[in-house]
Amino acid sequence: MATGTGRGRTAAFSDAGPGEYFSLLKPRVMSLVVFTALVGMVAAVAGGGEVHPMLAAISLLAIAIGAGASGALNMWWDADIDALMARTVLRPIPRGLVDRSSAGAFGLVLSVLSVTLLWLASNVLAAALLAFTIFFYVVIYSMWLKRATPQNIVIGGAAGAFPPVVAWASVTGTAPVEAWTLFAIIFLWTPPHFWALALYREGDYARAGVPMMPNVRGEAETRRQIFLYAIIMAVAGVAPFAMGFAGPFYGAVSLGMGAAFAWLAWKVRADEQGAKRSAQRLFGFSILYLFTLFAAILAEDLVALYV
Amino acid sequence: MSDPNADKRRKQRNLAIGGLIAAFVVIVYFVTILKIGGQIAERPF
Repeated sequence: MATGTGRGRTAAFSDAGPGEYFSLLKPRVMSLVVFTALVGMVAAVAGGGEVHPMLAAISLLAIAIGAGASGALNMWWDADIDALMARTVLRPIPRGLVDRSSAGAFGLVLSVLSVTLLWLASNVLAAALLAFTIFFYVVIYSMWLKRATPQNIVIGGAAGAFPPVVAWASVTGTAPVEAWTLFAIIFLWTPPHFWALALYREGDYARAGVPMMPNVRGEAETRRQIFLYAIIMAVAGVAPFAMGFAGPFYGAVSLGMGAAFAWLAWKVRADEQGAKRSAQRLFGFSILYLFTLFAAILAEDLVALYV
Repeated sequence: MSDPNADKRRKQRNLAIGGLIAAFVVIVYFVTILKIGGQIAERPF
């Protein structure tokens, strides 16, 4: 029985097994969210916050489910353009494995469950921040900005930057400036990360009519902006050390990784002929950059707490 | 006539949903115990 109509291909929902539903949650994005949230949580504890380990684990699970729910709702809304891009054509809805309405319902149910669970396990601020994150990613980014402006991922990047703040709030019931510093690092990291991807996947976004920076303002302007953001991001990356809530180990790591990021961004800017290859290299490094910085905070805090 | 492959996937899906609901109930139970604490009977109303 074929069900589901609208902008994606229709699918018989009896075709979908649990695995297809799981891939609606964007597991790779979810793992990065879990990691940055874990760092926010541990940093909050290192800063004097107290939380029962089991409640912390359940809060982390709720944040992960919330991130997955956002992913499912994003795939529900973007099914039409996902079918046009090589990067997304193998997602369950374009492949006809899950129908759009089931994906939407799945995302909505998980959103409500994740926010409720976080509220029960921690506090109202964390739950409200998680609800706002899901709203921001689905409504502000996916529904509004993504197809409207090349600044889509600049503003939309906030959605991916919220998890450490949500996690911090789940421990302390507050969202202090330290948590917003972690937010700022991810927020400023997002534009160079996605524009590097867009530079070597430009055809994809143009075909889908998504106004990414390279196909609206041109490659040269994108390369210039990548470099500018890389500089600001590298400076923000050192802020946790400068502000005193990360130690000298983090300071050295963030300084070195920031310099390497800026240098690779400069290569993207300067190397007009091989810009696509440089962009691919910067994209790969950007993932390592974020992971290393957050891992350094985690390592320092764990040592401070347990050694 | 029903497709045996579709039936199998429907069964897997139903089992997964059942398992997740059971897990949610258990998690909420533990959250309640942990939030209220061990001295439930001695709490003033």
